[in-house]
Amino acid sequence: MADKSYQAGVKDYRKTYWTPDYVPLDTDLLAVFKIVAQAGVPREEAAAAVAAESSTGTWTTVWTDLLTDLDYYKGRAYRIEAVPGDNTAFYAFIAYPLDLFEEGSVVNVLTSLVGNVFGFKAVRSLRLEDLRFPLAYVKTCGGPPNGIQMERDRLNKYGRPLLGCTIKPKLGLSAKNYGRAVYECLRGGLDFTKDDENINSQPFMRWNHRFEFVMEAVRKAEEETGERKGHYLNCTAPTPEDMYKRAEFAKSLGAPIIMHDFLTAGFTANTGLANWCRENGMLLHIHRAMHAVLDRNPYHGIHFRVLTKCLRLSGGDHLHSGTVVGKLEGDREATLGWVDMMREPFIPENRARGIFFDQDWGSMPGLMPVASGGIHVWHMPALTGIFGDDACFQFGGGTLGHPWGNAAGAHANRVALEACVEARNQGRQVEREGREILADAAQSSPELKIAMETWKEIKFEFDTVDKLDVVNA
Amino acid sequence: MPEVQAYKTTERRGETFSYLPPMTPDRMRQQISYLIAQGWNPAIEHTEPEKSFSSFWYLWKLPFFGERSVERILAELEACRRANPAHHVRLLGYDNYTQSQGTAFIVYRAGSR
Repeated sequence: MADKSYQAGVKDYRKTYWTPDYVPLDTDLLAVFKIVAQAGVPREEAAAAVAAESSTGTWTTVWTDLLTDLDYYKGRAYRIEAVPGDNTAFYAFIAYPLDLFEEGSVVNVLTSLVGNVFGFKAVRSLRLEDLRFPLAYVKTCGGPPNGIQMERDRLNKYGRPLLGCTIKPKLGLSAKNYGRAVYECLRGGLDFTKDDENINSQPFMRWNHRFEFVMEAVRKAEEETGERKGHYLNCTAPTPEDMYKRAEFAKSLGAPIIMHDFLTAGFTANTGLANWCRENGMLLHIHRAMHAVLDRNPYHGIHFRVLTKCLRLSGGDHLHSGTVVGKLEGDREATLGWVDMMREPFIPENRARGIFFDQDWGSMPGLMPVASGGIHVWHMPALTGIFGDDACFQFGGGTLGHPWGNAAGAHANRVALEACVEARNQGRQVEREGREILADAAQSSPELKIAMETWKEIKFEFDTVDKLDVVNA
Repeated sequence: MPEVQAYKTTERRGETFSYLPPMTPDRMRQQISYLIAQGWNPAIEHTEPEKSFSSFWYLWKLPFFGERSVERILAELEACRRANPAHHVRLLGYDNYTQSQGTAFIVYRAGSR
């Protein structure tokens, strides 16, 4: 290293951080950013600037650079690609050496990769499209506390998707009235009910009161149906101390599952709670409030597939995925991409689904995607086709809005689900034949018949804002 | 819109397919074919209804590893029921890759004919 001498001043980033000949190592953490550069900034310079600012670089040369081997530690922009159908933006591929990141810390990875660089003046906008975590890094993370297989074995539910429901109104119910709504849903046939994300511990219903009444409802429904049931008790709290207190109380009441909001609470809290769940045999349902702030703009932010990967490393057994067919945003191919990212052990690069890198999860368990938001019995055939068995479908309004109440609504959904699964197993084209399959099932279920009449005209056919970057899509 | 109907007192259920009408031999055949086509190993379990909440029911013989015959599985289900008429009988498919069950559902409920 003695051949380098110190020269103060600003030098082009690309001289240090643009390395088109670099072949990434298996242990490198790889990232692809979608960049819109400021006018007059060459693509290589913008890509190099992002590599620098998200790794070792700062805006000027400093003498202490020469005390270390920056070539070993620096991030490298190694490839640039055009964005199909868009000449304002381009993709920059960057490789980061493994030693830049603390082991088992999604927090540290994100602080580097989506830190200061997102406010950097040389780029007009910046979006982290995908990440490849090297297996060597995956192995340092805890991951899902239980995983899909353990969840099925604990709950004794096989060969079908699970059914849930978010209790509404989301705010304002007392603990006992809330427990009533839970009981009705579970005795009618649902596997789970769920706290809405903004139910924490408000004056109208303190968390400990809610937990007590909800668990009475869960136990009674289990005794009556002979099936295992659960309610996602939301342990999201203002401080980690409060969060753990709530988790401990849930455990003391015999709850099988608790819930957490990973973005608003943060990855430190989430990873801690996931570790607690692993040690205490508790399933962990993860909500994603705030994700659309980060992932909806196609030019700036963090793609949901990246948030999905981060959550799988941080830990959770369920994660909301979107429904494709309901009221919330979600392109079908892109959704299938991040659903694979939740469940599969190895996901190959697949640009048609927006996946830029092979991702190997090693032996890390998978988690269940949760489809929730504006879905009802008529969506069941499509949901069964899109998600397969390893998913949880959550019908809020689609259960509680049944003209005969929650239990009848739950029953209708369960009949519809089982009819679709049976038909699929018989080799029928469930999405195409959905109407006949549901109509047949409704002949032995007045609950389903009324549900079908109630919601038959409802559709959600707005265009998706964040589409995959594919020519002629 | 018809009048609100009271939802019945809660009935005992048995997980997958227990909200559909009881299995007929024809529907059973189709589900067994599916299970075999998935590459799962069929197995039969049974239990006294009052013990059905447990993870572990009595295993009927051993899992039928590699069995491809739908009729053989149907015959075993029938034999299990004859031997244990007061028990629930369920069919499951062991999935070697997930080390879990690909499916499991009750074929005969206790006392059903």
